[in-house]
Amino acid sequence: MAEITPIRTAAETGLVEHFASAKHRLPGDPGLRDAAFARFAERGLPHRRVEEWKYTDLRNLMRTAAPFAAPPDEGFVAETLQDAGPFGNVEASRVTFVNGFLARDRSDLGRLPSGLDIVPLTDALSSGHALLTRVGAVEGARDNVAYALNAAFMSDGAVIWVAAGTTVEQPLHLRFVSAGEGPFATATRVLLVLEEGASLTLLETHEGSDGTVYQANDVVEVVASDKASLNHVRFNGESRQALALSTLTAKLGTGVSFRSLNVVTGAEVSRHQVFLTFAGENSTVSINGANMLKTRQHADTTLLVDHATPHCDSRELFKTVVDDDATGVFQGKIIVRPDAQKVDGRMMSGCLLLSDGGTMYNKPELEIFADDVQCAHGATCGQLDENLLFYLKSRGLPQAEAERLLVQAFVGEAVETVGVDTLHDILVEIVEDWLRARG
Amino acid sequence: MLEIKNLVVQIEDNRILNGLDLTVNKGEVAAIMGPNGSGKSTLSYVIAGREDYEVLEGEILLDGQNLLEMEPDQRAAAGVFLAFQYPLEIPGVGTMTFLKAALNAQRKARGEAELTTPDFIKRVNTAGASLEINRDFLKRALNVGFSGGEKKRMEILQMALLQPSFCILDETDSGLDIDALRIVAEGVNALRSPERSFLVITHYQRLLNYIVPDTVHVMSGGRIVRSGGKELALELEANGYADYRSQAA
Repeated sequence: MAEITPIRTAAETGLVEHFASAKHRLPGDPGLRDAAFARFAERGLPHRRVEEWKYTDLRNLMRTAAPFAAPPDEGFVAETLQDAGPFGNVEASRVTFVNGFLARDRSDLGRLPSGLDIVPLTDALSSGHALLTRVGAVEGARDNVAYALNAAFMSDGAVIWVAAGTTVEQPLHLRFVSAGEGPFATATRVLLVLEEGASLTLLETHEGSDGTVYQANDVVEVVASDKASLNHVRFNGESRQALALSTLTAKLGTGVSFRSLNVVTGAEVSRHQVFLTFAGENSTVSINGANMLKTRQHADTTLLVDHATPHCDSRELFKTVVDDDATGVFQGKIIVRPDAQKVDGRMMSGCLLLSDGGTMYNKPELEIFADDVQCAHGATCGQLDENLLFYLKSRGLPQAEAERLLVQAFVGEAVETVGVDTLHDILVEIVEDWLRARG
Repeated sequence: MLEIKNLVVQIEDNRILNGLDLTVNKGEVAAIMGPNGSGKSTLSYVIAGREDYEVLEGEILLDGQNLLEMEPDQRAAAGVFLAFQYPLEIPGVGTMTFLKAALNAQRKARGEAELTTPDFIKRVNTAGASLEINRDFLKRALNVGFSGGEKKRMEILQMALLQPSFCILDETDSGLDIDALRIVAEGVNALRSPERSFLVITHYQRLLNYIVPDTVHVMSGGRIVRSGGKELALELEANGYADYRSQAA
C-alpha cells in the first residue's frame, strides 16, 4: 500500500514548521496543542474531494502559511485603534484585540458590569482556569480542520462568564483589528459561558484595512445554560487581502434563546462555520447572515444544526449578493435525531447575482430521523427583477438608485433579524457603503 | 402637450404599433378604448420607456421634448407618470422610503432641493387625504399584501405626490369594485387641471362615467382608427368593437 503523505503543499509544510517553533512559546498545555495539531496533520488542509470543503478548496485557496504575528507594541496599538471602527458609536463594554493579541490597556476589563467576568485567554490557559473544561462542548466541531488549527495555534482570546440570572444591559463588543506589515497569521479563541437565565448581547467585529495581508482563524464557543439568552452580531470587515476562517460553536440547554447574525463584506477568502447543538428542550434559535461580495471575493457559510432534543425551533435565513466574479457558498445542514420529536426547523438561502461572472453554490440539507417534525429548506438564485426595476425607474429613480433600493431590500430581510434599532442602523449603513462603492 | 407621430413599435419581431398618431393637449383628458391586443398597454409602456419594446419609427414629444431619447427616470422627471395596470409588490422596500426616494430623485433631476422629512410627510398626507388610504399601509413594504383596490389607490397617491404633467392610467378600473372605482376616480378628478393631461386606457365605458374624458380614441391593430367626443364611448359600449376589428385587418 502506498504511503499517504497528507502534508505536501507549501502551506501545509509551513504550518508544521510554524507549529514546531511556536508551541513552546504559546500558553497552556503543549500536549493539548499537539493533539489538536495531530488532527490537522492526519489529513492536511481540506480540499475539494472532502465533501464539507468541496466548494472552498482550502488547499488551493491557501497557498502559503503566514508566520504568526508577534505581539504588537503600544505605539502600534494606539495608532491602529485611532479609528473607532463601524461599531465605535455603540455604547458597549469593549474588549479589543490587535493582530490577534488582547490590547489590555484598550479594553474595559476592569470596568465590567457586575455579573460579567472576562479573563484573558493567556491567563486562563496558564492558570488552568476552571471554565476551560467547557471548551469543545460541541462534538461536531472537534474534527473540523479550522477548529483544530485554532486549538493548536490560539495565542490569545478571552474566557467570558455571565452569572446566573444576570441580564447584561450594555452589549459586549469584541473588536478584532488587523493592521500593519503582512503577511501574518492570527488565531484567537473566545469561550462564552452563560449561566442559567443569563442574558447578553455579544458584538464581534473583525476589521482590517485593505492592503494588509493576513490569515485569521477565530473561534467563538458558546455554552448556554438553561433559560439563557444571547443575541450575537458579527461583522466581517476584514481586509480585502485577508483569508479569514471563523467558527462559532454553541451548545444550548433548555429554554435558551439564541440569535446570531453574520454580515460579511470583507476578506478575499472567508469561511464562517456554525456548529450548533441543542442539548435541552424548548430552545429557539435564529441564525442569519448577509454576504455582500465583489471582485474575486469568496465567502463560504457552513452550518451544522444538530437537533438532539425535542421541542426546539431553528430558523436560518441567509442572503448573498454576488457581484463581479465573486463566489458565494452556502452549506446548511439540519440534523434531527431520532428522539428529537416536535422540532420545527426552517432554513432558507437566497442569492442575488448582480453580474454574469459571479458564482453561487447553495447546498441546504436535511437529515431527519424523527417522524413528528416540521422541517423545510429552500434555496434561490436570481438576478434583479427587470419588472421591479422598471417600476422604480418609472417613478423617477435612476437605474443605480433603483438597484440599490432592491439590493438593500433583498439583504434587509436578513439584516433586520438583528432586532435592535441602533445595530440595525449601523448594518444598513454598512450595506449602503457597499452599494455606494459599487457605484 | 403630448404628440405622438407615426409610432411603429415591435417586440420580438411582433409588430404591435403600426404608425400611431395621437395628440393630447394640455389640460385634456383623452380616453383610449379598444379590444384586447390592440396595443393599448404597449402604448403606455412605450411612453413610459420600457426597454423590451423596439421603436422602429416615429416620435413621442412631451412639450416639445423627445421622450424616446430619455431613460424612464428622466421621463418621470420630465412629467410622465404611468399608473400600472398591475402595480408591483416590492418586498423589503418601505412605502415611505420608496415615496421619498422617488420624489427626491425627481426633484434632484430637475435641480430642485431635496425635501426635509416633515415637509415630505406633509405632502404625503395631503396627497393621500381623499384616497382613504389606511395609514398603516404607508408603514408597510410597497404594495405587499395590498388588495387590488389598495394597490390602485397607492398608484393614485403616487400620482398626487409626484404631480406629473402627463398621466397615463393603464386599465386602472381593472379589478376594482364600484366603491374603489369611485375613490380612485375622485382622486384622479381632483388632479385634473389646465396644466395636466391624462391618457385613460380602458376596455369599458364604466370608468368614463366617473372620469369624464374630453376626447375618446378607438385603437385597433396598433393605430388610432377613430376619434371623437365622450359620446363615442357610449356608442362603443352599445355596439362593441366588431366594426373596428375588421377595419384593422
